[in-house]
Amino acid sequence: MEVLERVAFYVMAVIAVASALLVVVNRNPVASAMSLVGTFLAVAGLYLTLNATFLSAIQVLVYAGAIMVLFLFVIMLLNLEREPFDLPGFGRIAGFALSVVLLFSLISLALNATARPETSARGGSGAEIGDVFFSDYLFPFEMASLLLLVAMVGVIVVARRRKPEEEEEGEA
Amino acid sequence: MQENLLELIILIPFASVAVQYFLHRVLPARLAGLIACGAVLVPFLLTVVVGRGIGSAAPQVPAVTATIASWLTGGGLEVAFGLRLDPLSCAWTLVVTGIGFLIHVYSLGYMHHDPGFKRFFIYMNLFIGSMLALVLGDSLPLLFLGWEGVGLCSYLLIGFWFEDMDNARAGQKAFVVNRIGDLGFLLAMLMIFQTFGTLDIATVTSSLSAGHAQGLYPLGDGRITLIALLLFVGACGKSAQLPLFVWLPDAMAGPTPVSALIHAATMVTAGIYMVARFSVFFALAPVASAVVAIVGALTAFVSATIALRQRDIKKVLAYSTCSQLGYMFLGLGVGAYGAAVFHVVTHAFFKALLFLGAGSVIHALSHEQNAMKMGGLKPHLPRTHWTFFVGCFALAGIFPFAGFFSKDKILGEALLGHGWLFPLVGVLGLITALMTAFYTFRLYRLVFTGPERLDDHARAHLHESPATMTLPLVILALLSIVGGALSLPAFAHFDLLGDYLRPIFASALAVAGEHAHHAVNVEVALMLVSLAVVIGGAWWAWNRFAEGPGDQLPLPQSGLPFLLENKWFVDEIYAIFVIGPMRGTALLAGFFDRYVIDGIVNGLARLCDLCGAFVRLLQNGAVHTYALLFLAGAVYLVCSLL
Amino acid sequence: MITVVDYYVVASILFAIGALGFLLRKNVLVMFMSVELMLNSANLVLVASAKSFDLARGSAFALVSVAVAAAEVGVGLAIIIALFRLKATVDAEEITNLRG
Repeated sequence: MEVLERVAFYVMAVIAVASALLVVVNRNPVASAMSLVGTFLAVAGLYLTLNATFLSAIQVLVYAGAIMVLFLFVIMLLNLEREPFDLPGFGRIAGFALSVVLLFSLISLALNATARPETSARGGSGAEIGDVFFSDYLFPFEMASLLLLVAMVGVIVVARRRKPEEEEEGEA
Repeated sequence: MQENLLELIILIPFASVAVQYFLHRVLPARLAGLIACGAVLVPFLLTVVVGRGIGSAAPQVPAVTATIASWLTGGGLEVAFGLRLDPLSCAWTLVVTGIGFLIHVYSLGYMHHDPGFKRFFIYMNLFIGSMLALVLGDSLPLLFLGWEGVGLCSYLLIGFWFEDMDNARAGQKAFVVNRIGDLGFLLAMLMIFQTFGTLDIATVTSSLSAGHAQGLYPLGDGRITLIALLLFVGACGKSAQLPLFVWLPDAMAGPTPVSALIHAATMVTAGIYMVARFSVFFALAPVASAVVAIVGALTAFVSATIALRQRDIKKVLAYSTCSQLGYMFLGLGVGAYGAAVFHVVTHAFFKALLFLGAGSVIHALSHEQNAMKMGGLKPHLPRTHWTFFVGCFALAGIFPFAGFFSKDKILGEALLGHGWLFPLVGVLGLITALMTAFYTFRLYRLVFTGPERLDDHARAHLHESPATMTLPLVILALLSIVGGALSLPAFAHFDLLGDYLRPIFASALAVAGEHAHHAVNVEVALMLVSLAVVIGGAWWAWNRFAEGPGDQLPLPQSGLPFLLENKWFVDEIYAIFVIGPMRGTALLAGFFDRYVIDGIVNGLARLCDLCGAFVRLLQNGAVHTYALLFLAGAVYLVCSLL
Repeated sequence: MITVVDYYVVASILFAIGALGFLLRKNVLVMFMSVELMLNSANLVLVASAKSFDLARGSAFALVSVAVAAAEVGVGLAIIIALFRLKATVDAEEITNLRG
C-alpha cells in the first residue's frame, strides 16, 4: 500500500513537471495547451493521493475541461501560428536566471518546512466540503458565485464585437 | 411645554430663512415678506408666554432652559445647543423680536420697490435668529455663534446695495473692526474655560460668585480682571466704543430699516448684554469696571461732539447711537446694571423710532440724506413729523419721555457714586446730555422747520409714507412716551424692570456692595439739574436753527467746527497709524510669499518632475519588464524567508 | 513515506516553471497558461498543507481559488481577444501602449 502510494505520487509528479516544461517549451500554442492538460490532470492525480477527492474531480472538470476548452477556442479563434525562434535578449537571460534562483530558493524553503503529522479531522469528500461551505463559509461561497456572475458580464462586454458607431465612440 | 416653546422661539426664524431661501423662486414677494414678519411676531408672542412664568422673585435666578441638540463633546468639554430664558435674556428677546417685528413691517413699505426685496428679508430673519441665539444661548460658544452670526448679517446688510463700491467697503470695514473685538472675546472665552473648566454661562457666573465667597477670587483678582477686560474688548467692537467705534457711522450705508434694527436697537447692544451677563466678573474687577466707565463716558462725549456738526441725517443718528451706547457702558461701569439695561430698552424704542422716521423722510425725498437740503417738511409729512418730534424729546431726555428716566438713572448712579472717578464720568455724561439735546433739536429744526431747501428732484416726489411705514412709527412713538414707566426713580417705589432683573444682578451687586439709597431730595435735585441742562441745550438749538442752518451751511475751513465736521479725523488717523503699517506688512508678506514660499514649493515641484522623468524610463510599457521586476521582488521576499 | 514536503517541492518546481514561461514567452496566450501553472502550484500547496489541519476547509479554500481562476481566465481571454482585434497580434513585446 505504502509503495503504491509512493509510486503514484512520483508518477504524477513527474508527469506534472514534464508537461509543465512542455507548455513552456513548445512553440506551437496548441501543443502548449495540450501539455497544460497533462499538468492539470497530473495535479488532479496529486490531489487524489492527498485524499482530496472532490477537489480532484473539480480540477478535472473545471481546469482540464472548461478552462482548457476556453483556451483552445481562443487559440483557434485567433488562428495563431508557431512562434518564430529568435535569439534571447538581455530580458530573457535575466528572466531565466531569476527563474532558476526562484526555483532553488523555493525548494530550499520547502525543504526547510517540517512535516507535521497528517491529522486532518475531516476528509476532502464532497459531503464534507459542502458541510463547510454551507455553514462556516456561506458568505465567501455566495461571493464566489457573485464574482463569477460579474466575470461573465464583464467577459461579454469586453469580448463582444462592437458596432461601427460604437467603435468610433470608443476611440473618441 | 415651556421648553418646547422656548425651542420654537429660536427655530422659527431659522425655519423661515430656510423656507425663503429654498423657495425664493416660487414665493411671491409679498408672501415672502409676510412670512418674514410672522417669523418675528410669533417668537415675540411666544416669549411673552414663556417669559411670564419666570418673573417670580425667587432667590435663585429664575429661568426656563431647553436643549435642542448636543454640539461639541470631547474631553472635559461639553457644549450643547442649549437655551436659557432668564429675566435678562427675556428682556432682550422681547426688545429684539418686538422692535424687530415693527421694523420688518416698516420694511415691507420701505423696500417695496427694491429688486433685492426677498434677499433683504432672508438676511433680516437670519439676523433675528442669530440675535436670539446670542441672547438665549446658555453657553459661551453658542453666544459666540450668535455674536458672529449677527456680525455676518450686519456685514451682508450694510453692503446690501453692493453694486456701489462704497457700500461694500463699509460692510468690510464693519466686519474687520468687529473681528478685532471678537479676538478679545475669543481669548476671554478660552481663559474662562481654563479657569472654570466649563463654558456654561450660568455655571461660570455662579461658580465665580461661590469662589469669591470662599475667598478663591478676591476683589481685583488679576485673572478675573484680565477676563473682564478681554470681554470688554469684544463688547467694544460689537457696540462701537472708542477706539473701535469707526465702523458704526459707515454702517449707515445699508438700508435705513437695517440701521434702525441692527445698528441702533439690537445688535450694537450685544456688547451691553454680554457685560451685563458677566456682571459678576466686572463687579469683582474694579479696574475693568473703571475702564468700562471711562471708555463709555469718552465715547459718549466724543461721539456727541461729532454729531454736533454732521450734515447727513443718518450720520447724526449714528453718532448719537455711539454716544448712547457710551452711556450704557458708563452705567455698567459704575455698577448701575439695571439702569444700563433700562437704557437699552428705552433707547431701542426711541432710536428705532428716529431711524425709521429718518427713513421715512429719506423715502419721501427720494433718497436725499443731507439735512442741509431739507427743511420745512412739517406740513408735508405730518405723521412722520410728530413721531420724529416725540423721538427727539425721548433722545434728548426731556421729562416725561422714556429717555429721561433711563438716562437720569445712569447719571444719578454715576454722580452720586463714591470716589472721584464716578462723579467725574457723571459730569462728562451731563455735558454729553447737553450736547445730545442740542444736536437732536438741531436735526429736528433742519429737517422739519425753516425754509424749504429741497432740490427739484426731491420736491417732485414729496409724499407721506404708506401706512405700513407710519404705523410702526406711531407704535414706537407711544412706546417712547410711556416707556419710562417701566422703571421709575427709586423714590416712586415703582420699578417693574428693576424688580424683574434684580435676581440677575444680585450676585454682582452683592460683591460690589448694594448702592446706598439716596435721600429723595438729592435725587430730585439731580433730576432738576439734568433736566435744566437738557432743556437749556434744546432751547439753544431751537432758537439757533429756527431759520435753517444759517452759518453752518458753508463747509468750515478751520478751528473746532472743521475738526468736528471731519469727525476729529479719526478715520484718517486710523489710515496713517493702523492701516498704513498693515498695508506695508501685507506687502512685505506678499513679497515673501510670492518669492520665498512659492519658490520653495515650485522648486519641490520641479524636483519631483525631475525624479519622475528619471523613473518613467522604467515604465516602458512592456509587460515582461514589469514581470521581471515583480518577480525580482518576489524572489527577494522568498530569499529573506530562508 | 511521502510527506507534505514532497508536495511542496513539486509545487515549487511547477511555480518556477510557470514563472519561467511567463518571463520567456512572447505569446500572450502562453504567458497566460504559465500563470495558470503558478496558480495550480499554489493550490497544491494549499491542499497539501491542509492535510495537517482540516482537509475539508483547505479544499474549500482551494475550491474558491479555482472559482476565482475560472473568472480570471474568462476575463483574461476576453481581454486577449479584444486586444487582438485592436492590434492584430498576441506578441506581448509589441503591445507597449502603456509606456510612460
